[in-house]
Amino acid sequence: MSLYTLLGALEIGLIFSLVALGVYISFRLLRFPDLTVDGSFPLGGAVAATMIAAGHDPFTATIAATLAGAVAGLLTGWLNVSLKIMDLLASILMMIALYSINLRIMGKPNVPLITEPTVFNLLQPEALADYVFRPLLLVLVVLAVKLALDAYFSTQSGLAIRATGSNARMARAQGVNTGMAILAGMALSNALVGLAGALFAQTQGGADISMGVGTIVIGLAAVIVGESLLPSRKLYLATIAVILGAIVYRFFIALALNSDFIGLQAQDLNLVTAVLVTVALVVPRLRAHWSGKKGA
Amino acid sequence: MLKASELRLTFNPGTPIETQALRGMSLEIPTGQFVTVIGSNGAGKSTFLNAVSGEQRVDSGKIEIDGIDMTRQPVWGRARHVARVFQDPLAGTCEDLTIEENMALAKMRGERRGFSFAVKPALREEFRAQLSTLGLGLENRLSDRIGLLSGGQRQAVSLLMAALQPSRLLLLDEHTAALDPRTAAFVLELTVRIVAEHKLTTMMVTHSMRQALDVGQRTVMLHQGRVVLDVSGKEREGLDVHHLLDMFEKVRGEKIDDDALLLG
Repeated sequence: MSLYTLLGALEIGLIFSLVALGVYISFRLLRFPDLTVDGSFPLGGAVAATMIAAGHDPFTATIAATLAGAVAGLLTGWLNVSLKIMDLLASILMMIALYSINLRIMGKPNVPLITEPTVFNLLQPEALADYVFRPLLLVLVVLAVKLALDAYFSTQSGLAIRATGSNARMARAQGVNTGMAILAGMALSNALVGLAGALFAQTQGGADISMGVGTIVIGLAAVIVGESLLPSRKLYLATIAVILGAIVYRFFIALALNSDFIGLQAQDLNLVTAVLVTVALVVPRLRAHWSGKKGA
Repeated sequence: MLKASELRLTFNPGTPIETQALRGMSLEIPTGQFVTVIGSNGAGKSTFLNAVSGEQRVDSGKIEIDGIDMTRQPVWGRARHVARVFQDPLAGTCEDLTIEENMALAKMRGERRGFSFAVKPALREEFRAQLSTLGLGLENRLSDRIGLLSGGQRQAVSLLMAALQPSRLLLLDEHTAALDPRTAAFVLELTVRIVAEHKLTTMMVTHSMRQALDVGQRTVMLHQGRVVLDVSGKEREGLDVHHLLDMFEKVRGEKIDDDALLLG
């Protein structure tokens, strides 16, 4: 594997670590199985690419994409909390609705960004090659998001969200408006996914209507791989684990697809993902099994 | 002061399994009084407690706490005035959160939760001091997940949590029923201490007649969704479990066949 593919894998891994953090918030902290991400990821991309192509500032476009993601999450939460639609179904409804909405936003199946400015080429110093600078900038972004999340979830309001996911009945008895907590958590989760979509569109040369397919699988895979690499219930470690999971996952994909001797091709991507997630799910159990035997 | 008047609640109305859980249930608890509530299975004890806490909406009637109408308030809206300890030790705490995080949640019961850190050093010291009164060594385990604690320990922490923030009414829902006898005795003792210390208006639902007479100042017996017996003061002091049984039989004109009540 060349340095170029390595840095490319790191770049995509870092972008998907934002998705993974979002998925961690919904699936793990809120225990809300949320498939909205398959729609809010391309939503972020669509909003950012369309705005940039229309001549807006890339930073404004990225912020708008993040907010659009938050609104999508808010709507899924609202379907669940106010209209009492089952969580999984609410998110599926939102996901398919977003497919049409994304097409409406873009007005066509894809919006290319070839010569347009992006947050990456605007900030890039002369001395660095773009494929080196992009992962560098992303490391800073992901680190900032991670620290902000760690801090937020130790505040009173963040704690209320975690309590809602852990024991909603107890949270209500302590005066937590659990409906609002779900809305806030879902908005936060999908805002991160929208941000990831916007950054993805700006590194991959544009937004495409199909760019969201399987986002949830990648996000969950990252969370699961991360949790088996670094099992911890402590939040600041869990967020590191999730980020590492996303990067490691991308490396394995790149490794698998770039190693000619294995003979895998690009169309094997989903199979590789499935195998990887299976391994990540089984390894911790085997580890427990072995250590249990040693103990006995 | 709790004032519940003419509460009615029917489960599954219009079906073969229709149950009239509350049939004109009225009860007043003056400020500072500790009331114990007994009754056989299906008497409406838990339904009444859930109606007061807001988990169960009543069909009709009115629930007031210190003159504030709570009848239509959701659970989280009542939490400002009502503290609660659940029967299931796992229900009253968040197992994924640490001891100090659980206590921080309770410290803000019913208040607006903002963006300041939930566990601050001063608060941690307060929690440590509170926990050390339990004598369980929990003051050294503030950052342990509460899921690692035993049921009795969790119930003891739940009691502390209920008193971290002032309340107008403390609800105890058979909170010693799921514990072994020794731990139950410890938790009950702790309950009496905390209620006295904070002069809490308290309603304790219990399965045990012994317990109902041993603690508090007044005992109320429910049957078929109504109060059938209400004893306090001198009359209550001379009472024993078998007196209570006799009185119950006289009032209802039937024999009690609920083992749990007799054995408690």
